[in-house]
Amino acid sequence: MALSSMMSPGPRKDAAVAARLGAKRKRADIIIRTLCILATVIGLLLLASILATLFYRGIEAMSLRVFTHVTAPPGSEGGLLNAIVGSLIQSLLGTLIGTPIGMLVGTYLAEYAKDSWLGNAVRFVSDILLSAPSILIGLFVYQILVLPFGGFSGWAGVAALAIIVIPIVVRTTEDMLQLIPNTLREAVMGLGAPKWKMITLICWRSAIAGIVTGILLAVARVAGETAPLLFTSLGNNAWSTDLSKPMSSLPVTIYSFAGSPFEDWIALAWAGALIITLGVLALNIVARTLLRSRI
Amino acid sequence: MVNATASAHSAPKSARRPSSNLGDRIFALLCQTAGVFVLILLGALIIELFIAGLPAFRAFGVAFVTSTDWDPVREAFGAGVSIYGTIVTAVLAILLAVPLAFGVAFFLTELAPPWARRPLGTAIELLAAVPSIIYGMWGFFVIAPAFAQNIQPWIIENIGELPLIGFLFQGAPFGTGLFTAAFILAIMILPFIAATMRDVFDQVPPVFKESAYGLGATKWEVMKGVVLPYTRISVVGGIMLGLGRALGETMAVTFVIGNANRISTSLFGPGNTIASLVALEFGESEIGSLKLASLLALGFILFLLSFVVLATSRYLLRSRLKV
Repeated sequence: MALSSMMSPGPRKDAAVAARLGAKRKRADIIIRTLCILATVIGLLLLASILATLFYRGIEAMSLRVFTHVTAPPGSEGGLLNAIVGSLIQSLLGTLIGTPIGMLVGTYLAEYAKDSWLGNAVRFVSDILLSAPSILIGLFVYQILVLPFGGFSGWAGVAALAIIVIPIVVRTTEDMLQLIPNTLREAVMGLGAPKWKMITLICWRSAIAGIVTGILLAVARVAGETAPLLFTSLGNNAWSTDLSKPMSSLPVTIYSFAGSPFEDWIALAWAGALIITLGVLALNIVARTLLRSRI
Repeated sequence: MVNATASAHSAPKSARRPSSNLGDRIFALLCQTAGVFVLILLGALIIELFIAGLPAFRAFGVAFVTSTDWDPVREAFGAGVSIYGTIVTAVLAILLAVPLAFGVAFFLTELAPPWARRPLGTAIELLAAVPSIIYGMWGFFVIAPAFAQNIQPWIIENIGELPLIGFLFQGAPFGTGLFTAAFILAIMILPFIAATMRDVFDQVPPVFKESAYGLGATKWEVMKGVVLPYTRISVVGGIMLGLGRALGETMAVTFVIGNANRISTSLFGPGNTIASLVALEFGESEIGSLKLASLLALGFILFLLSFVVLATSRYLLRSRLKV
């Protein structure tokens, strides 16, 4: 509207009207620009506020005891050792199981089923899984692994996290394989290599930085997941590395400690929150720099 | 003789070819099996949740969806309150997040100096990496008290008296409640919406924008008249993606929503969402009880809700991102 009235140079155009219109347009532009800067500043301030709170409350509660003692009843000397170890075991095993499946699916989508109906269906379902509420994955694993096998277990937690890992790795693997120029594929095929060798030795190798980025992001994502573990590995206040028994994890421990009325438990929850956030953000930053340095 | 050498040469070749074909076939089968496995996974998830929730659907019928009961003593369960809470918080979160996300995306693609775009973009994306339990703690220990002491009393005093919309902002300033939950959700989905908007804004052919600039248009006029019309379908897709995320968010909401099973007309009142109700009540349900079946039925309803939203989002985004 403003654009078209500006564009039509009427013969009786009044210079004062034009100047007023110009000033009005400039004013609108400046107002919107200011609001946009404000929006970005608000976003950054929110991140800063979260980090500041975590550091302030977390460092206060941080001590060597957090890493050397297992969770204990309120009032006694307790730490988070079993929760940290449980989180590491479950996140790493979940990633270890989910990654190969995710890579194969991503390879299937990029190399075999670009436009087939099955490929499109798999791509659609994988994208839905990527954004589906993680609490539902917890309920699902509860139904198929906890109920029939007589109780909460670390393995059920691992399975839930693996299901979350799969679609993340699928997405990055497919995206990265699609970046590889077809001339490279043709060159390999022209040398007489079979397709599976072309994929595993050439395509995967060229896309490795991107795929590793995806895996790191997947680890970061599942390390902070709470909801799916509530119904699968449940949590365990004693030291246990037995995956067939309920297993402690950092997010679930934070959840139950932060909601408790005990000062020392809440303090421990802040310490755990600081540990987990620093770990997750560090993984994210490493993953991003890795991707940028290679592509 | 010549023939013999030819066949001698070709014999090992043809003997080698089947083996490589075999490798190819095995690998292709492996990839396809993995793909089908993902299909089965989602199919099984839907079926399992439905079967597990079936006793609740049988006991209460269609009324399960609308009933506002949640009484473990009388064994009367309904999804009305939590569906209401889920939709209200998610929609309110979208209303709060979209203007912010648009501002961020506009700033990052058109306004910010090029050297600042990447670090600022990364910082906003890190908001998406923070685990939801952290948002929950931060919301409960920092945002809720701030809301209760400063922000809500002011809103209740100044907006609560207004006709038509005033009733939304009345009641006691608890700090926790639907509004706080929506506020936290808005921050959590902001980076997803902003990232999608930024990506699609970047895809607008520079020629289009340059033509408008050549006519003397300001940056805002280019955004309003060129970029937004060109990308509007994808922008809506990005918003739907945020909505899908907000519907199923669990831990952050559980901390700040107040967890009460009633529909309050005020946005400052407590409530619950499907996800928060399941997370809270699951541990107190016995295996085989009607309550557990009702919780799983709620899970099924949540899946349907987010499936529709996410599928729409994907359909809208697909039309532009594939070009």
